[in-house]
Amino acid sequence: MIAARAFAAAVPRAVASALPSFAPSAAAAAASSVRSISMTPRSLSDDLSPLGHDHADQSNTEDHAFDFTDANYRVVERVLGKYPAMYKKSAIIPLLDLAQRQCGNFLPLAAMQKVARLLNVSDIEVYEVATFYTMFNRKRVGKFFIQLCGTTPCMVNGSEDIKAAIEEELGIHSGETTPDGMFTLLEVECLGACVNAPMIQVNDDFFECLTPETTRDLLRHCREKGSLPPLTKWGSKPLNGQDSCEGPLGKTSLATPPPVPKRRTLEAKVDPRTVKDTMMY
Amino acid sequence: MAVTAAACRLARSASRATGSRGFHASAAAAEWRASKIEGSFGGLQDADRIFTNLYGDGDWRLKDALKRGDWDGTKDMLWLGPEGIIDDMKKSGLRGRGGAGFPSGLKWSFMPKKTDGRPNFLVVNADESEPGTCKDREIMRKDPHKLVEGCLVAGFAMRARAAYIYIRGEFFNEANILEEAIDEAYQAGFLGRNACGSGYDFDVYLHRGAGAYICGEETGLLESLEGKQGKPRLKPPFPANKGLYGCPTTVTNVETVAVAPTILRRGPEWFAGMGRENNRGTKLFCISGHVNNPITVEEEMSIPLRELIEKHAGGVRGGWDNLQAIIPGGSSVPLLPKNICDDILTDFDALREVKSGLGTAAITVFDKSVDVIGAIRRLSHFYAHESCGQCTPCREGTHWMETILNRMEVGDADEEEIPMLEEISRQIEGHTICALGDAAAWPVQGLIRHYQHVIEDRIRRKGDWESEKHQYFQKSWSGEEFANHAWVQEVQARQ
Repeated sequence: MIAARAFAAAVPRAVASALPSFAPSAAAAAASSVRSISMTPRSLSDDLSPLGHDHADQSNTEDHAFDFTDANYRVVERVLGKYPAMYKKSAIIPLLDLAQRQCGNFLPLAAMQKVARLLNVSDIEVYEVATFYTMFNRKRVGKFFIQLCGTTPCMVNGSEDIKAAIEEELGIHSGETTPDGMFTLLEVECLGACVNAPMIQVNDDFFECLTPETTRDLLRHCREKGSLPPLTKWGSKPLNGQDSCEGPLGKTSLATPPPVPKRRTLEAKVDPRTVKDTMMY
Repeated sequence: MAVTAAACRLARSASRATGSRGFHASAAAAEWRASKIEGSFGGLQDADRIFTNLYGDGDWRLKDALKRGDWDGTKDMLWLGPEGIIDDMKKSGLRGRGGAGFPSGLKWSFMPKKTDGRPNFLVVNADESEPGTCKDREIMRKDPHKLVEGCLVAGFAMRARAAYIYIRGEFFNEANILEEAIDEAYQAGFLGRNACGSGYDFDVYLHRGAGAYICGEETGLLESLEGKQGKPRLKPPFPANKGLYGCPTTVTNVETVAVAPTILRRGPEWFAGMGRENNRGTKLFCISGHVNNPITVEEEMSIPLRELIEKHAGGVRGGWDNLQAIIPGGSSVPLLPKNICDDILTDFDALREVKSGLGTAAITVFDKSVDVIGAIRRLSHFYAHESCGQCTPCREGTHWMETILNRMEVGDADEEEIPMLEEISRQIEGHTICALGDAAAWPVQGLIRHYQHVIEDRIRRKGDWESEKHQYFQKSWSGEEFANHAWVQEVQARQ
């Protein structure tokens, strides 16, 4: 996935369009004895290195120490309690996420190594995971990390307009951070709020049903107040005034809570204890 | 290759004909059916809805969930025994709600009934990442106790020791609500040792992912849950034999698990009384795109697509005649042009007959302003981005398709490339470990099947095509002006 994004970024449109070119032109006819080869450009090893692209970042080397806070060690205990003792490796993703939250939405190399020590796995096993999943930021991002959904359901509802509005308001493009370190913009794939498209995710929170105007208002609110506006009870914020998924014209069913249906009488057949015993739980 | 219009019509009239036959003959179903026009589907009554807190009128917490009838008689359900539960699930005709539509009762019955020392696991797939789909999210944040109770019931039917719910990492706030709901269930004694007083011990754990579409594939999900890259495994061995931690495992979708307790409470006949034969029950539909009222709604299976959109989603923007195409089941299924959408039923079999699918029932509507090549090109980018890179046809082919579609979008291609594009998609389809390759190929095949003339026309008019002008063809926020202030104020005041 990382390699995929690098592909899109690394190949200029002109080159990409020239790659599998089958158009019969004079030049192609002249060179027809030579078979044109299409290939995926080589991924730079930097893309796969746990350091990301940012070699200039001197604060992110093996020499820098990372340790969880005492409060987070209690979370570590709880996380480890979820998995069988001999499969502690399952906790890599939750612990990397915890470390990233502690470091301000950034996953330094030292934190990956700390997680490897805690779980008794080799460093590479943690690097593999950290580079595979898109939610781990191996490069520093701004205080407000804006992930713009650009997949088709959002796109047909105007995510390009939203992107243009953000780019204009902040003066950055996808993958860039504002000079003051406040905002990072990244176009990502479907975030799973398609009924409320177009939408962006800022840090952990979904802001939905956007227009360019409400998007600009949201960004200005972030810049001036230094915080995100409050969400609805359901952990998201449709900016057109909706509560959640009921649509701008309102729900079409469940006007009043329906009566609780009557339960049928169930015949007792098998004592659950016997199942437990056969399965030796 | 392209289906002729006549063949489509034939398939549709056949699906209509079967629609009026074959209902279960229980008294409750008969009564319910009598109140409806023979052979018609849709018009689900509130009393038959499963997700009664879909729009957030009530609270998600245990107190309100109990009022809505959750955790009522769960102990009695467990006393049916694993076979009893699975029999009822088979009778209900429930098919998996995650996309493939595999009969749920049958799937659950694959789990070993005697242990060889390894425990059984239930894994709930809450990695909802299919473009267009946002139904599980509503379940997890509005009705989490339906899911938690479902975990216990389904887990017991599989003789599982514990359930892991794998929720996608981006759903942070949803995960918080679900985690708290699980805690509430433990505190109330519904989970853990002697769950619900039944004598059975059962644990439910929540695991957050970290952003990878491929982890929605069942074996990719298991790999991810084991703390590795989410690269799907070769099958066999199937998860029911060797799944999570090498133990027998069944992976099911959130909606499938969440409807199970209600089906058992109300009886399988009630559920089987809705929808066509082989497509029973109710379903959450997410209607997005160019409709006036984009909405997530629970409806009866087999409701005509047009009725579903006009009744609940406020109709297509600019009227039904302004419709261009519909993706009926999440981005992985081929899109359908308007002439098929006019009278198609929304269920697994009807949509398969027109070479598409119900998938996750995520309906994305495109009106005539949409450039279909651009829309599918963006989906190809999605698959190229999300391919895990394990199998060469998918890793390379998805990029090839995107590159070609990038050029076709602006007409910078040759007509000979259309069959080449089709061939690439055929070379990906069925030649990969998991279904992501198929999912990447189908939208492109759908485009060629129904919109080849658009691609050819674009190529011929290459010079005229001003891509810049058409780049922003979509207008933000396709829906109507917001007109629901009174209800929102009322419901938010209550919160």
